[in-house]
Amino acid sequence: MSILVDKNTRLLVQGFTGREGTFHAQQMIDYGTVVVGGTTPGKGGTRHLDRPVYNTVREAMAEAIPNTSIIYVPAPYAADAIIEAADAGIPLIICITEGIPVMDMIKTYDFVKSKGARLIGPNCPGLITPGQAKVGIMPAYIHSPGKVGLVSKSGTLTYEVVNALTNAGMGQSTAIGIGGDPIIGTSFVDVLEMFENDPETEMVVLIGEIGGDAELRAADYIAAKMKKPVAAYIAGRTAPADRRMGHAGAIISSGDDTAAAKMAALSKAGAKVAEAPSEIPGLLQATMVRS
Amino acid sequence: MKIHEYQAKEVLARYGIPVQQGQVASTVDEAVRIAEQIGGQVVVKAQVHVGGRGKAGGVKLAQNPEEARQKASAILGMNIKGITVKKVLVAAAADIAHEYYLGVVLDRASKRILLIGSAEGGVEIEETAKTNPAAIIRIPIDPLIGLANFQINQMAFGMNIPANLQKDFVKTLRGLYQAFVECDASLAEINPLVIDSEGQLAALDAKIVLDDNALFRHPDLEAMRDLNEEEPSEVLAREAGLSYVKLDGNIGCMVNGAGLAMGTMDSVKLYGGEPANFLDVGGGAKAERVTTALRIILSDPSVKTIFFNIFGGITRADDVARGIIAGVQEVKTDVPMVIRLNGTNQEEGRRILSEAGYTAYSDMDLAAKKAVELAASR
Repeated sequence: MSILVDKNTRLLVQGFTGREGTFHAQQMIDYGTVVVGGTTPGKGGTRHLDRPVYNTVREAMAEAIPNTSIIYVPAPYAADAIIEAADAGIPLIICITEGIPVMDMIKTYDFVKSKGARLIGPNCPGLITPGQAKVGIMPAYIHSPGKVGLVSKSGTLTYEVVNALTNAGMGQSTAIGIGGDPIIGTSFVDVLEMFENDPETEMVVLIGEIGGDAELRAADYIAAKMKKPVAAYIAGRTAPADRRMGHAGAIISSGDDTAAAKMAALSKAGAKVAEAPSEIPGLLQATMVRS
Repeated sequence: MKIHEYQAKEVLARYGIPVQQGQVASTVDEAVRIAEQIGGQVVVKAQVHVGGRGKAGGVKLAQNPEEARQKASAILGMNIKGITVKKVLVAAAADIAHEYYLGVVLDRASKRILLIGSAEGGVEIEETAKTNPAAIIRIPIDPLIGLANFQINQMAFGMNIPANLQKDFVKTLRGLYQAFVECDASLAEINPLVIDSEGQLAALDAKIVLDDNALFRHPDLEAMRDLNEEEPSEVLAREAGLSYVKLDGNIGCMVNGAGLAMGTMDSVKLYGGEPANFLDVGGGAKAERVTTALRIILSDPSVKTIFFNIFGGITRADDVARGIIAGVQEVKTDVPMVIRLNGTNQEEGRRILSEAGYTAYSDMDLAAKKAVELAASR
């Protein structure tokens, strides 16, 4: 078991024939993910990576029957690609693209919700259920199957922690990057709830950063609802206020969205809060010894 | 991206909002000429991208052009929170009967555009939120419907706008919302919106923050960027497509990925050092980008050591190693480097680095400690 993606995932790649789409589709196929085809307007009817190319997601729905879509479309067109996937009835949409205007995402978020679909991202590395399906851009080799669920706003920081977990002999049930933008489709709380309800996930890692209040909401959820142990790391303790630290959402704009405030809230909620990414495996192991 | 008050007022005027416009001056003589044209009492306002300029002495009243000369020469060239004032806005001073707050913001939590209004203007809205939260009206806007008439009514009545000014208020709020949406702003704020001594509504101050991600479709707004407000090294980085923020420490950080870049700064601090910057060099750490990034980091004379922290991911670590070596050779520096490199083919990558004379680490903590130690010894 796992959450969101597994052996039954049938993946469509939007922006299939572009440079990014091609490279990462090949990586996902090599990992064993079932990639049923892709879309590139104007290239419908051709084949790419030995799979069918469609002009539209609707065409792909009729023939290839995907249940998940991943988007590698450039930022000016990415919101439209998300809307297209939701409109065609794809229930799970992962958007890798970075740099989508916020105004586009506000409308897109509402539309996706109205269609009952789930969006992960944008500006995220995707997700992986080790040994079953990789739907994203993360390096597969650092992962191993296991019982730690991981949710993060960051890409490389997630790799850092996953690598530390794997080296410590702690495999992962599913690792999800939810993205570093101000408006994202799936929140920490959404994923924590899925992990809490997933029988194969025994422990959870949360990796957050400065900006916004998603980590504070996660802390509330952990305190109120979670029985499984949680270890957390928050990046940006040394970040100055009012400056964007790479991610569009990583900006301290009030007193409540600093790393210190988030670490304090998570700690109060019962999560084990790490000072450095390398401490995460040890903190999780300590919770197991205790119980 | 932030724009100046005078630019924000230009934008809002285009949307039919009555603004106290004035003119912008970059010399004292220009400021005096503008004051003479206006005649009577004027206000001289520093144009800088930092809050609290009034408290810092950057906003002054002048009774006549001669006083405007004194005030302008005091304000031009003054330093407000590290930024030198290069421009002032000179505008007719208004007699204020009442001050309101009116703003449109992006609310991350509700994922909606939020209208914020208050009958208590002139102070920062965060201040009102603390002292008198009941005085703030918040109205979320459905993105698929947009601003509805009943919501404008809610705001007008909630803010106690006098009946004779409601029509003007409707125009102002509609204009502000439209400006926010059409400019792809993340904040558009009028504070204060006043009733002046003639009983008219006027926007005395305005602030607009634009979404960096949407600048590609607003070349006219992008052209409002004021390079004087930014660190030269940050301008260089942006032009090269690198995310860079200068800090006050002495350990230069070159990292791939924004989250890991923040984590690296934090670890440097955790082990007793001070990071000199945030820098995301991007996934591949290609030679060309490494060269540019190195030049940017080294343009800060306080940098005593450089800490590369690369988790290559899908990118091959041996390619990254070659990129780092080529980039460092191009720049020619004697600043010591600590390199942490992980990723596909990492053993080969580290071998290439040690052959070139660098110590390559696989462990982030050890590498951070080494960087701190090196910086302390220089």
